[in-house]
Amino acid sequence: MIFDWAFAWSILPQLLWALRVTVYATILGMLLASVLGLVWVLLRRSPFRPLAFVTHYWVEFIRSTPILVQIYFLYYILPEVGLRLSPMVAGIVALGVHYSAYIAEVYRAGIESVPKGQWEAAKAMNFTPAQTWRYVILPQALPPTIPAMGNYLVAMFKDTPMLSAITVLELLQTAKIIGSESFRYLEPLTLVGGLFLLLSLVAARGVRWAEQRFGAQELRI
Amino acid sequence: MSDAPMLSIKGLCKKFGSTEVLKSFDMDIQAGEKLSIIGPSGSGKSTFLRILMTLEKPDAGSIEIEGERLWHMKRNGVDVPADRRHLKKMRSEIGMVFQHFNLFPHMTALGNVSVAPRHVQKMSRAEAEDRGRQLLERVGLGDKLDAYPAQLSGGQKQRVGIARALALQPKVMLFDEVTSALDPELVGEVLNVLRELAHETDMTMILVTHEMRFAQEISDRVAFMDHGKVLEIDTPEKIFSDPKHPRTREFLNAVLES
Repeated sequence: MIFDWAFAWSILPQLLWALRVTVYATILGMLLASVLGLVWVLLRRSPFRPLAFVTHYWVEFIRSTPILVQIYFLYYILPEVGLRLSPMVAGIVALGVHYSAYIAEVYRAGIESVPKGQWEAAKAMNFTPAQTWRYVILPQALPPTIPAMGNYLVAMFKDTPMLSAITVLELLQTAKIIGSESFRYLEPLTLVGGLFLLLSLVAARGVRWAEQRFGAQELRI
Repeated sequence: MSDAPMLSIKGLCKKFGSTEVLKSFDMDIQAGEKLSIIGPSGSGKSTFLRILMTLEKPDAGSIEIEGERLWHMKRNGVDVPADRRHLKKMRSEIGMVFQHFNLFPHMTALGNVSVAPRHVQKMSRAEAEDRGRQLLERVGLGDKLDAYPAQLSGGQKQRVGIARALALQPKVMLFDEVTSALDPELVGEVLNVLRELAHETDMTMILVTHEMRFAQEISDRVAFMDHGKVLEIDTPEKIFSDPKHPRTREFLNAVLES
């Protein structure tokens, strides 16, 4: 089997188009995961014990079930209770919810790294709990999480081919279609691998930049 | 109300596990009074301040601020444990400066001093920063407004800490060993600020300190604490030159010799 450069070149535009879908799903999935992760970690610290308890097990549940099952569940089961999501929306929600469970752990570590004296100073200055989070704790807890968040961004990016299982026309699904139409799999799958590699490297670079820009401020006490 | 003492503490008890840190502790403090609390470490001095700041909850006893209870409130004529709202109201009368500064590392000196006036007292940004600038000038840091805590020396950090607590204009200020974490050559600049505050303001000041000479100089009264109790409380002259209690004498001999 010989790699046909002309064929590879001819299918590249189609794959690049599909890559947009992949990137789009990753970015929206990551935004959702970042917000939900924060919601979980705050609920888990709620002074209302039952809420903290339920959240704890909910996060544990999300983390301990396979993402593919969650994707199928959102796409095939939810319509039976009247919530019909498009493949793309179901995919983004599944990625976001699944990764939010891991990201909640990242946030938790960040929050626990803030010294106790910061909470006490905030209390002595009569901040409300919400103000304490917003002005004192999160600005210190979040920047150190950037490297870990970057790792999950790349991991989520590489998980997007799972969405092909519910017919999202992302990179892998498009390559499979090209393969079944042309009976050539070598070129499309090689290109898919190459594109994932390229973008992962770019993302890793971006994360390192963000880390230097926001994370490693030598402003600790 | 106005003839009630600024602070009235009765039977205050606090345990950590099985260790009794405060054993039925009583004390009255008048408005404007400068009180120093001295004593060996572990005697409960800092715990007392932390309970006043509501950072710790007492196990028993009462604290009244101008006649109003701190940890309890009246609901339908019955005393019930204070809720968040009551504590917030009471806390607004009290400010605290910490041994380890506890400055917010992600904010400049001016940010540290103006953040609470802005968000707690709902001042405009311009107003809050104006007040912050004045306070930082007052503690001699008018040229460090934009410096982050990591760029300041220990003495400068603590002066920002004092300005930050002053910014909320509390009636009572608590100073918890505010020079203990400083290099010896930086202690003086912080004491100078405290001295100025003691002389120029009518704020009630309670200082837990190991600086005996300083306590003697600025205090109206000095309290000696040991094992969770006030063993002796009197004017600095009496405490330092003619202590009544043998434990006070013992302690002062030990610390003043070195």
